[in-house]
Amino acid sequence: MLKAHQAQVASTIKFSWVDGPGNRYVLFLQGCNFNCLACHNPQTIPLHTPRANEMTVQEVLEEIRGSMPYISGVTVSGGEATVQHEFVLDLFKEIKSRKEFKGLSTFIDSNGNAPQEVWNQLAPFTDGVMLDLKALDDAKHIELTGNSNAVVLDSIRYLDSITKLHEVRLLLVPGHNDSDKELIDTAVWLRGINPEMRITINAFKTHGVRALARQWPEVSDADLARYKEIVN
Amino acid sequence: MTSLENIRSTVNDSKFTYRQRVAQLANLAENLLDPPPVRKQCTDALEKRIICDMFEGNAPYRPRYLLPDYKKVLDNGSVFLELPAAKDFDDALAFLLIMYSATPSITGYPVYFGDLDTLLLPYVDGLSDEDLYAKLKRFWISLDRMFPDAFAHTNLSPVYNRVSKMIFTLERELLQVVPNISLKVDPVLTSDEYILDAITTVFACGKPHFINDVMMQSDLGSQYAAVSCYNSLKIGGGSHTLVRINLKKTAEECDGGVEKFFETTLPYYLDLTAELMESRILYLVEESGFYESNWLVNEGLLDLEKFSAMFGLFGLAECVNILMEQEGDSGTYGHSIAADDLGYRITSFIADWVSQRKMPYCDGNDGYAFLHSQSGIDLDLGVTAGTRIPIGTEPPLIDHLRTVSRHHHLFASGISDVLSFDETAVKNPQAVVDVIRGAFKSGMRDFTFNLDSNDFIRITGYLVRKSDLAKMPSARHASTFLGAGSVADSHVDQRNVKRVMSAESSPSTSS
Repeated sequence: MLKAHQAQVASTIKFSWVDGPGNRYVLFLQGCNFNCLACHNPQTIPLHTPRANEMTVQEVLEEIRGSMPYISGVTVSGGEATVQHEFVLDLFKEIKSRKEFKGLSTFIDSNGNAPQEVWNQLAPFTDGVMLDLKALDDAKHIELTGNSNAVVLDSIRYLDSITKLHEVRLLLVPGHNDSDKELIDTAVWLRGINPEMRITINAFKTHGVRALARQWPEVSDADLARYKEIVN
Repeated sequence: MTSLENIRSTVNDSKFTYRQRVAQLANLAENLLDPPPVRKQCTDALEKRIICDMFEGNAPYRPRYLLPDYKKVLDNGSVFLELPAAKDFDDALAFLLIMYSATPSITGYPVYFGDLDTLLLPYVDGLSDEDLYAKLKRFWISLDRMFPDAFAHTNLSPVYNRVSKMIFTLERELLQVVPNISLKVDPVLTSDEYILDAITTVFACGKPHFINDVMMQSDLGSQYAAVSCYNSLKIGGGSHTLVRINLKKTAEECDGGVEKFFETTLPYYLDLTAELMESRILYLVEESGFYESNWLVNEGLLDLEKFSAMFGLFGLAECVNILMEQEGDSGTYGHSIAADDLGYRITSFIADWVSQRKMPYCDGNDGYAFLHSQSGIDLDLGVTAGTRIPIGTEPPLIDHLRTVSRHHHLFASGISDVLSFDETAVKNPQAVVDVIRGAFKSGMRDFTFNLDSNDFIRITGYLVRKSDLAKMPSARHASTFLGAGSVADSHVDQRNVKRVMSAESSPSTSS
């Protein structure tokens, strides 16, 4: 029997081509345990807001059915997906156990700020995690997100060790975390964990961000070329 | 009716090449003759363009579309062409070029080049990759230069092989208008790797189309091909003619709402469409002597028993919207369940009607015409191709697919929808594979997409290069003239582009 868990949901997308491999159904959960200055969806940060919808696992499954047979899988994003990890676990268990969803892959888009026991619960039902790293340097990380990156770095190491880390995404903001030194240190650290690690760049844009970050410069084509040159 | 003035202006028209003038003069000469006889109400409907003979000409003397059995002729040789069976790759390529030059169609150029990977595969053993590349490249350039017409079409088999791989490599290098290409996709036999290669080729040059091999085989048998623009027919046969009904104008003739439309208006014009078709078939088969005299028939490369004719329809979207308005409902096709259901009721009604109207010399479909969703010609103004959603009003991708897919099973001889994708597809081509496979699982027959940003515009089903349009008024490809009209009048360059990304992720650019 399904548990009657309800999730706080920011929104859902029937087809997405930018949230993991292939065409995916995406569930954006409400609520995040970071408070990033560069967040492009600050309205999804508080866990409880009148703008969020409550959905049961059953209701989400019904929406996923509506996207079939056109999708490769399902991605849970946010907000921060792991803040409501019990719900994600229930949802992924259903997807992996029901014949009608056979073949669908399950991905989590995360800030990485979740303890190992959460990953252990999710891992048997999760095909991959796409994890954001805002800064390798902890002081810089605290400046950008309001939190230490200690748990994030543990998550990267741990998920890689159990082969559930699909990719690490670097959100780069010109002048804040994109110096050659920072990029080289980050790439060296990540490749030290796994030389084959997939690293992608998310280029900062001011669209959607709060007032302070709106003053920050956007990533130019030249910046992007430099990032790729260093990271790849 | 042709006037001396028409002839004179064609003779002196400097925007046409010599060959384009000759073809035009032949049309003018043919139209000095009286058309095959039909009743007055049929002529009236034709003059009002409620029904349409596609301007094929007043005295049909070759089938509109014909699909010679190229495998048979390569294996056996030809008496007419004085050619022995092809023994090696060079033989096969030369043989095929000669064949094409002797194959007629409605355009004057062949509409079918054969399933070229299947045809050539038996001859590539022992050939190095370098030789395959060099020889196939010369052949591929020859196709575009000798048969400059975007309706000339090849098909590729569902199984990835050396030849199909090389063809996609050449397509991305040469960026030619000719040949048009359809890839036959089987859910099991066709690998993701193959489809990804094809998708990458679409990003470069707008080709190929993707066709649902399972559905096609169940309707047409294993020996079929897609030719010209989305016309699926039997190899060794073809279609005598294509006659179509303008559903928008049909709806405009109806003033009594949906039920009257089904009871009287629609059957009346379907009957006139069939009459026009029948009369044209009878002329072609019984008067012109094509099927008694043409060498392709004499050598068993075409067989009258594999022919049928295509009963086309277009303007479903406007038809639905007009009838909805008559019923006092503001819902429109592609945006309302009631409107979409009415659309499906109309196509189902027509499919049923056509499947009960005997048609002469249509043994290729057991004595009936094939239903066809006609993708338009350059003169169609304010009326949408086939069963498509009007350009510029297309809904999000999933709704678009759902609206149009339900019609596809009804149209054995072809139906089409052109989807326009942006750069998000280039970054995640696997997503396009997912959508294509899902579309075929959901009953789609033909899947065509364009990348918004390349040099090619897909007009109805054929391609023109934007750079060629810029060089008008003259053009090497005859089809470019038609494309120019469609861009100017029907805004085919303004399709709603699918940007399949989440609002949440849109501020960031994945690399």
